[in-house]
Amino acid sequence: MRYPGRNPGSVRRRTVGALALALALVAGAPAVTAAATATAPGGKEPARIPVVFLRDDEPPVIPLSLLDPVIEDPGVQGARLAVADNQTTGRFMGQSFELVEVTLPEGDPAEAVRALAGEGHRFFVADLRADRLLAVADLPELRDALVFNARATDDRLRNADCRANVLHTAPSRAMLADALAQYLMYKRWTNWFLVQGRGDDDALYAEALRRAAKRFGAKIVDEKTWAFAAGSRRSDSGHTTEQAEIPAFTQGAAHDVVVVADEGEAFGEYIAYRTFRPQVVAGTHGLVPTAWARVHEQWGATQFQDRFEKLAGRIMAPRDYGAWMAVRSIGEAATRARSADPAAIAAYIRDPRFTLAAFKGVGVTIRPWDGQYRQPVLLAGPRILVSVSPQPGFLHEHSELDTLGHDRPESGCRLPGR
Amino acid sequence: MTTSALTAAIAVAAVLVAAPIAAAQAYTIYTSNEKDNTISVIDGTTLEVTATIPVGQRPRGITLSTDNKLLYICTSDDNHIEVLDLEKNSVVRILPSGPDPELFALHPDGRHLYIANENDNMVSVVDVQAGKLLAEIPVGVEPEGMGLNPDGSILVNTSETTNMAHFIDTKTHEIVANVVVGSRPRVARFTPDGRHVWVSAEIGGDVAVIDSDTREIVHTIEFAIQGIKPEAIQPVGIEMTADGKQAFVALGPANRVAVIDMATYEVTRYVLVGQRVWNVALAPDGKRLFTTNGVSNDVTVIDVDRMRAIKSVPVGRMPWGVVVRP
Repeated sequence: MRYPGRNPGSVRRRTVGALALALALVAGAPAVTAAATATAPGGKEPARIPVVFLRDDEPPVIPLSLLDPVIEDPGVQGARLAVADNQTTGRFMGQSFELVEVTLPEGDPAEAVRALAGEGHRFFVADLRADRLLAVADLPELRDALVFNARATDDRLRNADCRANVLHTAPSRAMLADALAQYLMYKRWTNWFLVQGRGDDDALYAEALRRAAKRFGAKIVDEKTWAFAAGSRRSDSGHTTEQAEIPAFTQGAAHDVVVVADEGEAFGEYIAYRTFRPQVVAGTHGLVPTAWARVHEQWGATQFQDRFEKLAGRIMAPRDYGAWMAVRSIGEAATRARSADPAAIAAYIRDPRFTLAAFKGVGVTIRPWDGQYRQPVLLAGPRILVSVSPQPGFLHEHSELDTLGHDRPESGCRLPGR
Repeated sequence: MTTSALTAAIAVAAVLVAAPIAAAQAYTIYTSNEKDNTISVIDGTTLEVTATIPVGQRPRGITLSTDNKLLYICTSDDNHIEVLDLEKNSVVRILPSGPDPELFALHPDGRHLYIANENDNMVSVVDVQAGKLLAEIPVGVEPEGMGLNPDGSILVNTSETTNMAHFIDTKTHEIVANVVVGSRPRVARFTPDGRHVWVSAEIGGDVAVIDSDTREIVHTIEFAIQGIKPEAIQPVGIEMTADGKQAFVALGPANRVAVIDMATYEVTRYVLVGQRVWNVALAPDGKRLFTTNGVSNDVTVIDVDRMRAIKSVPVGRMPWGVVVRP
């Protein structure tokens, strides 16, 4: 995308200067003559573009299924792949990308992040939970930085707790739930039995499902909370317990689908094939709405998955994809703005016309009202891709992608100038 | 109307009706069917499928040998090129290609095949006579489109994630220029006079016209179709008439082929075709255009004079590439 000849009148004043410069540079579109080497055109040192990857030292999530890998390095592998992708372009452009991987200390992260800002860093990719993300983004030293939320799906970060310096590559829970709801409505499976776990995240996921049901006309006919303790993923003759527990647990008003909210991996995997009625299972388990899944191979994703697996030695998870989108956005903007200047790159990303090709069939763009990346959501079965939302027939006056999540009129994000 | 005028009119009509038959040159259409691992053969006169030939896994790019006796096929998931003998309708030879060949271009010398290795960030050069890999040229991420200029001195390769058109000197195998184009560039095609190269951008939704000498974008062709969301307009395949006057661009899920006046770059028409149209090829006489439609699993036949679809020919699943053999 080159933003050709369009009136940048809707762009905020601060960005106009930088954008105009970018436009002027791009409009001429001079060919960059360079051999396929790491040196910049004219033999100059390539311009450095560092990106900070922030994570916490957390125990990994242990999935219930033994087939799912325990991922010890979530997120960062996606960022590394994006740096490699950016680097391939960069060697033709005289730009060099660099990932600075930082594990934040326990407790207040302020000092560590301040030090990074002090070194001149302006791009931060956060594989952090919501509270930690806000603790970082709210530091005055990061006011002019760009913080990418590559992980937290919390809807509050797109509403009351939105921040001017935060962009969300991760889809919100509302987007995921809406994507699932559209498909279930398309199938006319309108009566849902909601089962949620005991964790706070489970409650938030359940809340997103309730909102989606209301939005698209489904009915939650019954709700239950899984009361048993999480238990171990391995246990001898464990299946007998689940075979006894689940049918009783899933008795309730007549329904078409069991929707599961179990982000904590406590029980969701046990539901399918054991329900009281012969039922479809969807949500965090069964048919899963997700930003990324191994079963997806369309729109060039084959090569992308292969590249990732070669690099990381494991399959790509949604957090990796979120981090990849963030770092690739910086690369894309640096290429198109033909600049390594953080302000020019940020201005390019923040322009409403910014588009990233992200293996989802349509370009991914950013909602100006809350900083959320608009993106199709995959509906992944355990072994095959089932569908991709938005579903046909869910129309929108601007972009069908805005039928997923909090659209502009319903957004609770209030930022000056938006 | 006088009798003589009527007679004349009938005579003209008779000529018009007879003309396509009289002028018709026998030709054959070939499509690669990505999902079925087959090549469909369509008779250009009857517009019926006459054969379906099993080939290797995930056939995508296809191109004819210079003598039109062989069809080279990128069987991507088998990581090689298959050579289909068009008299025998069977694969007679396997050529090396480097990993995951997607698209390629055959040099006018008929001997050098330039192959985009989508999974390996390389362009491979293969000698089709010797059956040998001659060179690997490092390019951007996910190389895809391959276009040679008429004398074969310059190759343009597009890289989908790097979003560039790389100009490669075919003698030295050096990249001589890189032009940033729209997002996810797919096909590179030189104009018949060699002065420009057109590059389609699937996600960018446009076609860049690059000057072959200055290697600058001199024009960007944009598309707008009433009732179709801009994100559904995804240009992929490009075909041009031999006289360099008219171009056709397949617009993917917009289910249209754009007809472009090559002098003014104006889109003169959008022709409705099958679903997710990816590639296009003209008949040798330029009177018909054939499109591969990946979702509706068919080929649309367009009457070029009337600029409308006249027939859909069902082929294998997910038809991808299309060529016409005189």
